[in-house]
Amino acid sequence: MKFIDEYRDAAAVRRIARNIRGLVTKPWTLMEVCGGQTHTILKSGLQDLLPPEITLVHGPGCPVCVTPVELIDQAVEIASRPEVTFCSFGDMLRVPGSSKSLFDAKAAGGDVRIVYSPLDALKLARADTSREVVFFAVGFETTAPANAMAAWQAAREGLKNFSMLMAHVLVPPAMEAILTSADCRVQAFLAPGHVCAVVGFKEYEDIAERFRVPIVVTGFEPLDLLDGVRMAVAQLESGRAVVENQYSRAVRRDGNRAAVERVAEVFEVNHRKWRGIGEIPWSGLKLRDRYTAFDAGLKFGLSGAVVEEPSECISGIVLQGLRKPYECPAFGTQCTPETPLGAPMVSSEGACAAYYLYGRHREERLQPELPGATPHK
Amino acid sequence: MAALRWARPSWRVIDMCLAVPGKIVGIEREIDPTLRNAKVDFGGIRKEVSLAFTPEAQVGDYVLVHVGFALSVVDEQEAARIFEMLKQMDELAELEPDQP
Ligand code: SF4
Repeated sequence: MKFIDEYRDAAAVRRIARNIRGLVTKPWTLMEVCGGQTHTILKSGLQDLLPPEITLVHGPGCPVCVTPVELIDQAVEIASRPEVTFCSFGDMLRVPGSSKSLFDAKAAGGDVRIVYSPLDALKLARADTSREVVFFAVGFETTAPANAMAAWQAAREGLKNFSMLMAHVLVPPAMEAILTSADCRVQAFLAPGHVCAVVGFKEYEDIAERFRVPIVVTGFEPLDLLDGVRMAVAQLESGRAVVENQYSRAVRRDGNRAAVERVAEVFEVNHRKWRGIGEIPWSGLKLRDRYTAFDAGLKFGLSGAVVEEPSECISGIVLQGLRKPYECPAFGTQCTPETPLGAPMVSSEGACAAYYLYGRHREERLQPELPGATPHK
Repeated sequence: MAALRWARPSWRVIDMCLAVPGKIVGIEREIDPTLRNAKVDFGGIRKEVSLAFTPEAQVGDYVLVHVGFALSVVDEQEAARIFEMLKQMDELAELEPDQP
Protein backbone atom coordinates (compact mmCIF):
# COMPACT_ATOMS: atom_id res chain seq x y z
CA MET A 1 0.00 0.00 0.00
CA LYS A 2 1.51 3.33 -1.03
CA PHE A 3 -1.61 5.42 -0.43
CA ILE A 4 -1.63 7.02 -3.83
CA ASP A 5 -1.99 4.46 -6.60
CA GLU A 6 -4.81 2.56 -4.90
CA TYR A 7 -6.83 5.70 -4.50
CA ARG A 8 -6.39 6.55 -8.18
CA ASP A 9 -7.58 3.21 -9.49
CA ALA A 10 -9.81 4.03 -12.48
CA ALA A 11 -11.93 0.87 -12.31
CA ALA A 12 -12.65 1.45 -8.63
CA VAL A 13 -13.57 5.07 -9.34
CA ARG A 14 -16.05 4.00 -12.02
CA ARG A 15 -17.64 1.45 -9.74
CA ILE A 16 -18.11 3.95 -6.89
CA ALA A 17 -19.72 6.27 -9.45
CA ARG A 18 -22.12 3.46 -10.33
CA ASN A 19 -22.87 3.03 -6.65
CA ILE A 20 -23.71 6.75 -6.42
CA ARG A 21 -26.06 6.42 -9.40
CA GLY A 22 -27.88 3.72 -7.48
CA LEU A 23 -28.32 6.02 -4.48
CA VAL A 24 -29.61 9.19 -6.10
CA THR A 25 -33.31 9.91 -6.40
CA LYS A 26 -33.31 13.74 -6.37
CA PRO A 27 -31.08 16.61 -7.51
CA TRP A 28 -28.44 17.64 -4.98
CA THR A 29 -25.81 20.39 -4.91
CA LEU A 30 -22.56 19.63 -3.11
CA MET A 31 -19.61 21.92 -2.50
CA GLU A 32 -16.01 20.82 -2.20
CA VAL A 33 -14.42 23.58 -0.15
CA CYS A 34 -10.79 23.14 -1.11
CA GLY A 35 -9.30 24.33 -4.39
CA GLY A 36 -6.92 21.37 -4.45
CA GLN A 37 -9.95 19.09 -4.55
CA THR A 38 -11.51 21.23 -7.31
CA HIS A 39 -8.42 20.56 -9.40
CA THR A 40 -8.56 16.80 -8.84
CA ILE A 41 -12.25 16.79 -9.82
CA LEU A 42 -11.64 18.71 -13.03
CA LYS A 43 -8.41 16.93 -13.89
CA SER A 44 -9.82 13.45 -13.52
CA GLY A 45 -13.16 14.37 -15.07
CA LEU A 46 -15.11 13.16 -12.03
CA GLN A 47 -18.07 15.36 -12.92
CA ASP A 48 -18.66 13.29 -16.04
CA LEU A 49 -18.93 10.13 -13.94
CA LEU A 50 -21.59 11.53 -11.64
CA PRO A 51 -25.30 11.24 -12.40
CA PRO A 52 -26.88 14.44 -13.79
CA GLU A 53 -28.78 14.99 -10.53
CA ILE A 54 -25.54 15.85 -8.74
CA THR A 55 -23.99 19.29 -9.15
CA LEU A 56 -20.60 20.00 -7.68
CA VAL A 57 -19.91 23.64 -6.95
CA HIS A 58 -16.50 24.87 -5.97
CA GLY A 59 -15.71 26.63 -2.73
CA PRO A 60 -13.46 29.39 -1.46
CA GLY A 61 -10.61 27.11 -0.36
CA CYS A 62 -7.93 28.78 -2.43
CA PRO A 63 -5.77 30.97 -0.18
CA VAL A 64 -4.27 32.79 -3.15
CA CYS A 65 -7.73 33.65 -4.47
CA VAL A 66 -9.09 35.15 -1.27
CA THR A 67 -6.07 37.25 -0.24
CA PRO A 68 -7.36 40.83 -0.47
CA VAL A 69 -5.92 43.31 -2.96
CA GLU A 70 -4.59 45.58 -0.21
CA LEU A 71 -2.44 42.78 1.16
CA ILE A 72 -0.97 42.13 -2.30
CA ASP A 73 -0.29 45.87 -2.52
CA GLN A 74 1.41 45.79 0.88
CA ALA A 75 3.49 42.80 -0.21
CA VAL A 76 4.55 44.66 -3.35
CA GLU A 77 5.42 47.75 -1.29
CA ILE A 78 7.57 45.76 1.14
CA ALA A 79 9.19 43.69 -1.62
CA SER A 80 10.19 46.86 -3.46
CA ARG A 81 12.34 48.09 -0.58
CA PRO A 82 16.07 47.75 -1.18
CA GLU A 83 16.82 46.24 2.24
CA VAL A 84 14.18 43.50 1.93
CA THR A 85 14.33 39.91 0.74
CA PHE A 86 10.69 38.98 0.22
CA CYS A 87 9.81 35.27 0.36
CA SER A 88 6.57 33.77 -0.88
CA PHE A 89 5.01 30.55 -2.09
CA GLY A 90 5.19 30.62 -5.90
CA ASP A 91 1.46 30.97 -6.49
CA MET A 92 1.31 34.45 -5.00
CA LEU A 93 3.74 36.06 -7.43
CA ARG A 94 1.40 36.53 -10.36
CA VAL A 95 -1.67 37.61 -8.42
CA PRO A 96 -2.61 41.12 -9.53
CA GLY A 97 -2.69 43.81 -6.85
CA SER A 98 -4.35 47.14 -7.62
CA SER A 99 -1.54 48.08 -9.99
CA LYS A 100 1.31 45.59 -9.61
CA SER A 101 1.98 41.96 -8.76
CA LEU A 102 4.90 40.60 -6.78
CA PHE A 103 6.34 39.46 -10.06
CA ASP A 104 6.29 43.07 -11.29
CA ALA A 105 8.14 44.04 -8.12
CA LYS A 106 10.71 41.33 -8.88
CA ALA A 107 11.07 42.46 -12.49
CA ALA A 108 11.63 46.02 -11.23
CA GLY A 109 14.60 44.82 -9.16
CA GLY A 110 12.96 43.72 -5.91
CA ASP A 111 14.56 40.73 -4.20
CA VAL A 112 11.57 38.36 -4.36
CA ARG A 113 12.21 34.68 -3.72
CA ILE A 114 9.96 31.66 -4.13
CA VAL A 115 10.25 29.34 -1.16
CA TYR A 116 8.86 25.88 -0.55
CA SER A 117 8.58 26.24 3.22
CA PRO A 118 8.64 29.13 5.71
CA LEU A 119 11.75 27.43 7.13
CA ASP A 120 13.54 28.35 3.89
CA ALA A 121 12.81 32.01 4.66
CA LEU A 122 14.22 31.51 8.18
CA LYS A 123 17.39 30.06 6.67
CA LEU A 124 17.80 33.14 4.50
CA ALA A 125 17.34 35.38 7.55
CA ARG A 126 19.98 33.46 9.50
CA ALA A 127 22.41 33.45 6.59
CA ASP A 128 22.43 37.21 6.10
CA THR A 129 21.40 39.29 9.09
CA SER A 130 21.95 42.54 7.17
CA ARG A 131 18.85 41.81 5.06
CA GLU A 132 15.26 42.13 6.28
CA VAL A 133 13.66 38.81 5.37
CA VAL A 134 9.86 38.96 5.06
CA PHE A 135 7.71 35.89 4.55
CA PHE A 136 4.23 36.16 3.02
CA ALA A 137 2.26 33.99 5.47
CA VAL A 138 -0.64 32.90 3.31
CA GLY A 139 -2.77 29.82 3.74
CA PHE A 140 -5.51 27.93 5.53
CA GLU A 141 -5.27 25.80 8.65
CA THR A 142 -3.06 23.33 6.78
CA THR A 143 -0.26 25.88 6.45
CA ALA A 144 -0.73 27.59 9.83
CA PRO A 145 1.39 25.12 11.88
CA ALA A 146 4.40 25.57 9.58
CA ASN A 147 4.09 29.35 9.68
CA ALA A 148 3.56 29.36 13.46
CA MET A 149 6.67 27.22 13.78
CA ALA A 150 8.69 29.77 11.77
CA ALA A 151 7.71 32.62 14.13
CA TRP A 152 8.25 30.44 17.19
CA GLN A 153 11.68 29.40 15.97
CA ALA A 154 12.63 32.98 15.07
CA ALA A 155 11.64 34.10 18.58
CA ARG A 156 13.62 31.28 20.14
CA GLU A 157 16.73 32.19 18.17
CA GLY A 158 16.22 35.91 18.73
CA LEU A 159 16.25 36.63 14.98
CA LYS A 160 15.68 40.36 14.51
CA ASN A 161 15.60 40.46 10.73
CA PHE A 162 12.69 38.08 10.13
CA SER A 163 9.02 39.02 9.89
CA MET A 164 5.78 37.77 8.34
CA LEU A 165 3.05 39.51 6.38
CA MET A 166 -0.03 37.77 7.73
CA ALA A 167 -2.77 36.69 5.32
CA HIS A 168 -4.07 33.56 7.04
CA VAL A 169 -7.67 32.46 6.66
CA LEU A 170 -9.87 29.80 8.28
CA VAL A 171 -12.36 27.43 6.66
CA PRO A 172 -15.33 27.12 9.09
CA PRO A 173 -16.23 30.86 9.16
CA ALA A 174 -16.25 30.85 5.34
CA MET A 175 -18.58 27.84 5.28
CA GLU A 176 -20.90 29.67 7.65
CA ALA A 177 -20.81 32.77 5.45
CA ILE A 178 -21.81 30.63 2.47
CA LEU A 179 -24.59 28.91 4.41
CA THR A 180 -26.06 32.16 5.69
CA SER A 181 -25.99 33.91 2.30
CA ALA A 182 -29.51 34.34 0.87
CA ASP A 183 -28.53 32.68 -2.41
CA CYS A 184 -26.96 29.63 -0.83
CA ARG A 185 -27.63 26.49 -2.82
CA VAL A 186 -25.13 24.19 -1.12
CA GLN A 187 -26.83 21.17 0.47
CA ALA A 188 -23.75 19.27 1.61
CA PHE A 189 -20.02 19.92 1.99
CA LEU A 190 -16.94 17.89 1.27
CA ALA A 191 -14.70 19.32 3.97
CA PRO A 192 -10.97 19.74 3.24
CA GLY A 193 -9.10 16.70 4.51
CA HIS A 194 -5.75 18.36 5.02
CA VAL A 195 -7.22 21.25 7.00
CA CYS A 196 -8.91 18.62 9.19
CA ALA A 197 -5.67 16.64 9.52
CA VAL A 198 -4.46 19.67 11.49
CA VAL A 199 -7.52 20.92 13.38
CA GLY A 200 -9.74 17.82 13.42
CA PHE A 201 -13.46 18.11 12.76
CA LYS A 202 -15.15 18.98 16.04
CA GLU A 203 -15.88 22.49 14.79
CA TYR A 204 -17.65 21.02 11.75
CA GLU A 205 -19.98 18.99 13.96
CA ASP A 206 -21.39 22.24 15.28
CA ILE A 207 -21.96 23.57 11.72
CA ALA A 208 -23.59 20.31 10.58
CA GLU A 209 -25.99 20.48 13.49
CA ARG A 210 -26.85 24.17 13.35
CA PHE A 211 -27.37 24.30 9.59
CA ARG A 212 -28.66 20.74 9.17
CA VAL A 213 -26.01 20.18 6.50
CA PRO A 214 -24.10 16.93 5.89
CA ILE A 215 -20.32 17.39 5.99
CA VAL A 216 -17.91 14.69 4.84
CA VAL A 217 -14.22 15.15 5.61
CA THR A 218 -12.69 14.07 2.30
CA GLY A 219 -9.25 13.22 0.93
CA PHE A 220 -7.60 14.43 -2.24
CA GLU A 221 -7.32 11.44 -4.58
CA PRO A 222 -10.05 10.73 -7.18
CA LEU A 223 -11.35 7.73 -5.24
CA ASP A 224 -11.46 9.78 -2.02
CA LEU A 225 -13.50 12.49 -3.69
CA LEU A 226 -16.02 10.10 -5.22
CA ASP A 227 -16.30 8.26 -1.93
CA GLY A 228 -16.90 11.62 -0.21
CA VAL A 229 -19.67 12.38 -2.71
CA ARG A 230 -21.14 8.92 -2.11
CA MET A 231 -21.20 9.43 1.66
CA ALA A 232 -22.71 12.92 1.36
CA VAL A 233 -25.40 11.73 -1.07
CA ALA A 234 -26.26 8.81 1.19
CA GLN A 235 -26.79 11.29 4.05
CA LEU A 236 -28.87 13.64 1.89
CA GLU A 237 -31.04 10.82 0.59
CA SER A 238 -31.70 9.51 4.10
CA GLY A 239 -32.25 12.95 5.66
CA ARG A 240 -29.21 12.81 7.93
CA ALA A 241 -26.88 15.75 8.57
CA VAL A 242 -23.76 14.79 10.49
CA VAL A 243 -19.99 14.92 10.08
CA GLU A 244 -18.47 11.78 8.59
CA ASN A 245 -14.80 11.12 8.01
CA GLN A 246 -13.97 9.65 4.62
CA TYR A 247 -10.26 10.43 5.09
CA SER A 248 -9.83 8.33 8.23
CA ARG A 249 -6.37 7.17 7.17
CA ALA A 250 -5.05 10.69 7.82
CA VAL A 251 -7.63 12.60 9.87
CA ARG A 252 -8.51 12.07 13.52
CA ARG A 253 -11.44 13.83 15.22
CA ASP A 254 -9.13 15.93 17.40
CA GLY A 255 -6.66 16.67 14.63
CA ASN A 256 -2.97 17.04 15.38
CA ARG A 257 -2.53 18.24 18.96
CA ALA A 258 1.08 19.35 18.67
CA ALA A 259 0.26 21.43 15.59
CA VAL A 260 -2.88 22.99 17.07
CA GLU A 261 -0.99 23.93 20.24
CA ARG A 262 1.80 25.63 18.34
CA VAL A 263 -0.70 27.58 16.22
CA ALA A 264 -2.64 28.68 19.32
CA GLU A 265 0.56 29.76 21.03
CA VAL A 266 1.67 32.02 18.17
CA PHE A 267 -1.57 33.16 16.48
CA GLU A 268 -5.01 34.35 17.51
CA VAL A 269 -8.16 34.76 15.41
CA ASN A 270 -9.17 38.13 13.99
CA HIS A 271 -11.62 39.54 11.46
CA ARG A 272 -10.40 39.16 7.92
CA LYS A 273 -11.43 40.51 4.55
CA TRP A 274 -11.69 37.92 1.75
CA ARG A 275 -11.03 39.05 -1.79
CA GLY A 276 -14.31 39.43 -3.67
CA ILE A 277 -16.35 38.25 -0.70
CA GLY A 278 -15.88 40.92 1.97
CA GLU A 279 -15.10 40.77 5.66
CA ILE A 280 -15.90 37.54 7.46
CA PRO A 281 -15.82 37.82 11.27
CA TRP A 282 -13.16 35.79 13.08
CA SER A 283 -11.98 34.20 9.86
CA GLY A 284 -8.29 35.08 9.95
CA LEU A 285 -5.19 34.63 12.07
CA LYS A 286 -2.85 37.30 13.40
CA LEU A 287 0.27 37.14 15.53
CA ARG A 288 -0.33 37.25 19.28
CA ASP A 289 0.97 40.27 21.20
CA ARG A 290 4.18 38.58 22.31
CA TYR A 291 5.03 37.84 18.65
CA THR A 292 4.27 41.30 17.19
CA ALA A 293 8.00 41.88 16.67
CA PHE A 294 7.59 39.51 13.71
CA ASP A 295 4.62 41.33 12.20
CA ALA A 296 5.81 42.82 8.91
CA GLY A 297 2.77 45.10 8.69
CA LEU A 298 3.81 46.80 11.95
CA LYS A 299 7.53 46.65 11.26
CA PHE A 300 7.20 48.51 7.97
CA GLY A 301 4.45 50.84 9.22
CA LEU A 302 2.06 49.99 6.40
CA SER A 303 -1.28 51.69 6.10
CA GLY A 304 -4.32 49.48 6.35
CA ALA A 305 -5.95 51.41 3.48
CA VAL A 306 -8.77 49.56 1.75
CA VAL A 307 -8.45 49.22 -2.00
CA GLU A 308 -11.23 48.87 -4.56
CA GLU A 309 -11.15 45.63 -6.51
CA PRO A 310 -11.38 45.58 -10.30
CA SER A 311 -15.04 45.21 -11.15
CA GLU A 312 -14.85 42.77 -14.09
CA CYS A 313 -13.84 39.89 -11.86
CA ILE A 314 -16.72 38.05 -10.18
CA SER A 315 -14.38 35.84 -8.17
CA GLY A 316 -16.35 36.34 -4.95
CA ILE A 317 -19.46 34.85 -6.56
CA VAL A 318 -17.48 32.01 -8.12
CA LEU A 319 -15.74 31.24 -4.82
CA GLN A 320 -19.05 30.94 -3.00
CA GLY A 321 -20.26 28.39 -5.53
CA LEU A 322 -22.96 30.72 -6.89
CA ARG A 323 -21.61 30.76 -10.43
CA LYS A 324 -19.33 28.45 -12.37
CA PRO A 325 -16.15 30.03 -13.77
CA TYR A 326 -17.36 29.75 -17.40
CA GLU A 327 -20.34 31.90 -16.45
CA CYS A 328 -18.02 34.87 -15.88
CA PRO A 329 -18.18 37.09 -19.01
CA ALA A 330 -14.42 37.57 -18.89
CA PHE A 331 -13.63 33.84 -18.66
CA GLY A 332 -11.36 32.72 -21.48
CA THR A 333 -11.64 36.08 -23.26
CA GLN A 334 -10.16 39.01 -21.29
CA CYS A 335 -9.23 36.64 -18.48
CA THR A 336 -6.85 33.74 -19.17
CA PRO A 337 -3.93 32.32 -17.20
CA GLU A 338 -1.60 34.49 -19.34
CA THR A 339 -3.55 37.69 -18.61
CA PRO A 340 -5.47 37.01 -15.42
CA LEU A 341 -7.99 39.56 -14.22
CA GLY A 342 -8.54 37.77 -10.96
CA ALA A 343 -6.70 35.49 -8.61
CA PRO A 344 -8.76 32.31 -9.33
CA MET A 345 -7.27 32.35 -12.84
CA VAL A 346 -3.72 32.60 -11.44
CA SER A 347 -3.53 30.13 -8.64
CA SER A 348 -2.86 26.45 -9.12
CA GLU A 349 -5.81 25.97 -6.76
CA GLY A 350 -8.13 28.49 -8.41
CA ALA A 351 -11.40 27.24 -9.89
CA CYS A 352 -11.16 29.48 -12.98
CA ALA A 353 -7.68 28.17 -13.80
CA ALA A 354 -8.91 24.60 -13.31
CA TYR A 355 -11.78 25.07 -15.76
CA TYR A 356 -9.53 26.81 -18.27
CA LEU A 357 -6.70 24.33 -17.94
CA TYR A 358 -8.84 21.23 -18.29
CA GLY A 359 -10.85 22.67 -21.18
CA ARG A 360 -14.13 22.82 -19.31
CA HIS A 361 -15.41 25.96 -20.97
CA ARG A 362 -17.04 24.80 -24.18
CA GLU A 363 -19.26 21.85 -23.34
CA GLU A 364 -20.31 23.21 -19.97
CA ARG A 365 -21.49 26.51 -21.38
CA LEU A 366 -24.30 24.53 -22.96
CA GLN A 367 -25.72 23.64 -19.57
CA PRO A 368 -28.54 25.78 -18.17
CA GLU A 369 -27.51 28.95 -16.34
CA LEU A 370 -27.35 28.82 -12.59
CA PRO A 371 -29.74 31.06 -10.67
CA GLY A 372 -28.65 34.69 -10.34
CA ALA A 373 -26.42 35.70 -7.52
CA THR A 374 -25.16 38.75 -5.71
CA PRO A 375 -21.89 38.88 -3.82
CA HIS A 376 -21.99 38.29 -0.11
CA LYS A 377 -21.03 41.48 1.73
CA MET B 1 15.39 36.86 -20.79
CA ALA B 2 14.41 35.97 -17.26
CA ALA B 3 11.05 37.69 -17.67
CA LEU B 4 10.01 35.28 -20.41
CA ARG B 5 10.02 32.39 -18.02
CA TRP B 6 7.24 34.17 -16.19
CA ALA B 7 5.12 34.95 -19.19
CA ARG B 8 3.37 31.62 -18.77
CA PRO B 9 2.28 30.27 -15.43
CA SER B 10 3.92 27.20 -14.04
CA TRP B 11 1.36 24.59 -13.12
CA ARG B 12 3.84 22.73 -10.99
CA VAL B 13 4.05 25.30 -8.24
CA ILE B 14 3.31 24.14 -4.73
CA ASP B 15 -0.36 23.63 -4.16
CA MET B 16 -0.88 25.46 -0.90
CA CYS B 17 -3.32 23.11 0.73
CA LEU B 18 -2.00 19.91 -0.69
CA ALA B 19 -0.12 17.51 1.52
CA VAL B 20 1.69 14.64 -0.14
CA PRO B 21 2.26 11.20 1.36
CA GLY B 22 5.87 10.07 1.55
CA LYS B 23 7.78 7.34 3.34
CA ILE B 24 10.23 8.11 6.13
CA VAL B 25 13.55 6.54 5.17
CA GLY B 26 15.66 8.02 7.91
CA ILE B 27 15.44 10.16 11.03
CA GLU B 28 18.15 12.54 12.14
CA ARG B 29 19.65 11.88 15.50
CA GLU B 30 17.65 14.09 17.77
CA ILE B 31 19.46 16.79 19.67
CA ASP B 32 16.19 18.46 20.56
CA PRO B 33 12.83 16.71 20.09
CA THR B 34 11.17 19.82 18.65
CA LEU B 35 13.71 19.90 15.86
CA ARG B 36 13.57 16.26 14.76
CA ASN B 37 14.01 16.02 11.01
CA ALA B 38 13.47 13.10 8.63
CA LYS B 39 14.46 12.11 5.13
CA VAL B 40 11.22 11.38 3.35
CA ASP B 41 10.96 9.58 0.03
CA PHE B 42 8.29 10.75 -2.41
CA GLY B 43 8.39 8.15 -5.16
CA GLY B 44 12.14 8.53 -5.66
CA ILE B 45 12.56 12.17 -4.68
CA ARG B 46 13.94 12.67 -1.20
CA LYS B 47 13.31 15.69 0.94
CA GLU B 48 14.16 16.91 4.39
CA VAL B 49 10.97 17.11 6.45
CA SER B 50 10.37 18.37 9.98
CA LEU B 51 8.72 15.90 12.36
CA ALA B 52 7.96 18.64 14.91
CA PHE B 53 4.23 17.88 14.72
CA THR B 54 4.45 14.09 14.44
CA PRO B 55 6.69 13.08 17.35
CA GLU B 56 5.35 9.51 17.08
CA ALA B 57 6.56 9.02 13.49
CA GLN B 58 9.07 6.21 12.89
CA VAL B 59 11.24 5.06 10.00
CA GLY B 60 9.02 3.15 7.55
CA ASP B 61 5.90 5.21 8.35
CA TYR B 62 4.08 7.14 5.66
CA VAL B 63 3.50 10.78 6.56
CA LEU B 64 1.46 13.52 4.90
CA VAL B 65 3.86 16.38 4.21
CA HIS B 66 2.93 19.99 3.64
CA VAL B 67 5.42 22.89 3.17
CA GLY B 68 8.22 20.99 4.86
CA PHE B 69 6.28 19.59 7.83
CA ALA B 70 4.74 16.17 8.41
CA LEU B 71 1.17 16.83 9.52
CA SER B 72 -0.15 13.33 9.98
CA VAL B 73 1.11 9.76 10.11
CA VAL B 74 -0.95 7.75 7.60
CA ASP B 75 -2.76 4.94 9.39
CA GLU B 76 -1.88 1.94 7.21
CA GLN B 77 -4.47 -0.38 8.72
CA GLU B 78 -7.19 2.20 8.25
CA ALA B 79 -6.08 2.87 4.66
CA ALA B 80 -6.23 -0.85 3.90
CA ARG B 81 -9.56 -1.27 5.67
CA ILE B 82 -11.25 1.54 3.71
CA PHE B 83 -9.76 0.35 0.46
CA GLU B 84 -11.06 -3.19 1.11
CA MET B 85 -14.47 -1.78 1.93
CA LEU B 86 -14.51 0.20 -1.29
CA LYS B 87 -13.44 -2.90 -3.21
CA GLN B 88 -16.29 -4.91 -1.73
CA MET B 89 -18.68 -2.17 -2.66
CA ASP B 90 -17.23 -2.47 -6.16
CA GLU B 91 -18.17 -6.10 -6.24
CA LEU B 92 -21.73 -5.37 -5.16
CA ALA B 93 -21.96 -2.59 -7.71
CA GLU B 94 -20.64 -4.98 -10.34
CA LEU B 95 -23.79 -7.07 -9.97
CA GLU B 96 -26.01 -4.07 -10.64
CA PRO B 97 -26.82 -2.90 -14.16
CA ASP B 98 -24.61 -0.05 -15.37
CA GLN B 99 -27.49 2.32 -16.02
CA PRO B 100 -30.62 2.60 -13.89
S1 SF4 C 1 -12.68 34.14 -15.07
FE1 SF4 C 1 -11.19 35.72 -14.42
S2 SF4 C 1 -12.42 37.59 -14.19
FE2 SF4 C 1 -13.87 35.85 -14.19
S3 SF4 C 1 -14.12 35.29 -12.03
FE3 SF4 C 1 -12.47 34.00 -12.83
S4 SF4 C 1 -10.60 35.14 -12.33
FE4 SF4 C 1 -12.30 36.63 -12.14
